[in-house]
Amino acid sequence: MITKRIIACLDVHDGRVVKGVQFVDLIDAGDPATQAARHTREGADEIVLLDITATHEGRQTLLDTVRRTARELFVPFCVGGGIRTADDAAQVFEAGADKVSVNSAALKNPKLIDAIGRSFGAQAVVVAIDARRDPDAADPVRDAQVYVQGGRKLAGRRVVEWAREAEQRGAGEILLTSMNSDGMRTGFDCELTAVVSEAVGIPVIASGGAGTVEHFVDVFGRGKADAALAASIFHFGVSSARSLKEELAKAGVSVRLPC
Amino acid sequence: MCVTVINYKAGNLTSVLKALRHLGAETIVTDGDLALVEAAERIVLPGVGHFQATDRLDATDLTGAIRTAIARGVPFLGICVGMQWLYAGSSEAPNQPGLGHFAESCTHFAESPEKVPHVGWNSLEVRKDSRLLAGVEPGEYVYFTHSYKAPVTADTAAVTYYIEPFASAVERGNVMGVQFHPEKSGATGLKILGNFLKWKDVE
Repeated sequence: MITKRIIACLDVHDGRVVKGVQFVDLIDAGDPATQAARHTREGADEIVLLDITATHEGRQTLLDTVRRTARELFVPFCVGGGIRTADDAAQVFEAGADKVSVNSAALKNPKLIDAIGRSFGAQAVVVAIDARRDPDAADPVRDAQVYVQGGRKLAGRRVVEWAREAEQRGAGEILLTSMNSDGMRTGFDCELTAVVSEAVGIPVIASGGAGTVEHFVDVFGRGKADAALAASIFHFGVSSARSLKEELAKAGVSVRLPC
Repeated sequence: MCVTVINYKAGNLTSVLKALRHLGAETIVTDGDLALVEAAERIVLPGVGHFQATDRLDATDLTGAIRTAIARGVPFLGICVGMQWLYAGSSEAPNQPGLGHFAESCTHFAESPEKVPHVGWNSLEVRKDSRLLAGVEPGEYVYFTHSYKAPVTADTAAVTYYIEPFASAVERGNVMGVQFHPEKSGATGLKILGNFLKWKDVE
């Protein structure tokens, strides 16, 4: 039986793992390679490394961080941040990533999704979407606004129509971050996640807001997520993927255990 | 121990090479050296992406070289599209023949409310005499990402259930294939790759 994935996310700034609240107030949370290895040992099903500095400072993803992190990692490894062209993606794959996540650059140039998919396969392209509910829209959830540049700027797209376009262009997965709940530890935005998951035929990874086991049970149930991303719940020894998954199994969620 | 890894420009070899080297194998990568392939000690054909990309194996005549090596008894492992290529073909690219080592063809998952591609960790129901999957216990998981799959037949070494039962591994003599990614399947995946590296003709 297919299991729900628990994905450890490392937000990386200047080669260090950081955690912020709603993309600001960053706190140092360790070395990416060490953290990735620890999360894998502790049962994470996948690792995502997002270079949160890359886009607005116009820098390349830190290839040596990727290389170092990938060296002894034998679970799926996705890298995002600052990937603007198929060549950027090729360098990240070469450094050891299995998937790349594209966000701002794909909104600016949607053909980037097609281009990476053609060269590396759809399974290698994750389209990351940062969305915030739009209280002024007729349907604030379905028409949630998409943001670029780490949540700094409106993209002028609505979440469902953009997710559908990404799928049509050959995205393999959607990584959906709710900016309303990111870093708040008050739970995932299950309505937003469910609306997007039902609108596309590809897996949706829910992100933003994890704080308790119940939040994960909720997003896999009501939120119809195929996978969930967690950063803060794993840092500072709050929990491990394994203990989280053991609790999820008790609540009837199918997860990879033992791991 | 040396593994010849075929590069047919379908996706990315880094992860496969890394895992093989981690297990102590020497790796040689080739995209068209036929003599090297014919003389190989072991062959791995990775592959992610579209079945059509395997046309490169025909264009470079790697297909013939692989056939020669297999006939000589060289252990061969196809991964993902590399496994599908061992069959007669795939409905993903109907005009592109596979190796035909296994007579059946690969097809897309049936229409269903479930998501396709099948992405994530799923379990294996292992055939008892499988040498490739020796030591894989019930309840161990491996990582999949694919939309096409091979049918369950007498050569199937493991069955996985998603929408319908399909062959997650195939094995007949020295020719083996896995639909999942052993290089991305943690300790279980490394165990399977290790079995392949230890595979010896028992005749």
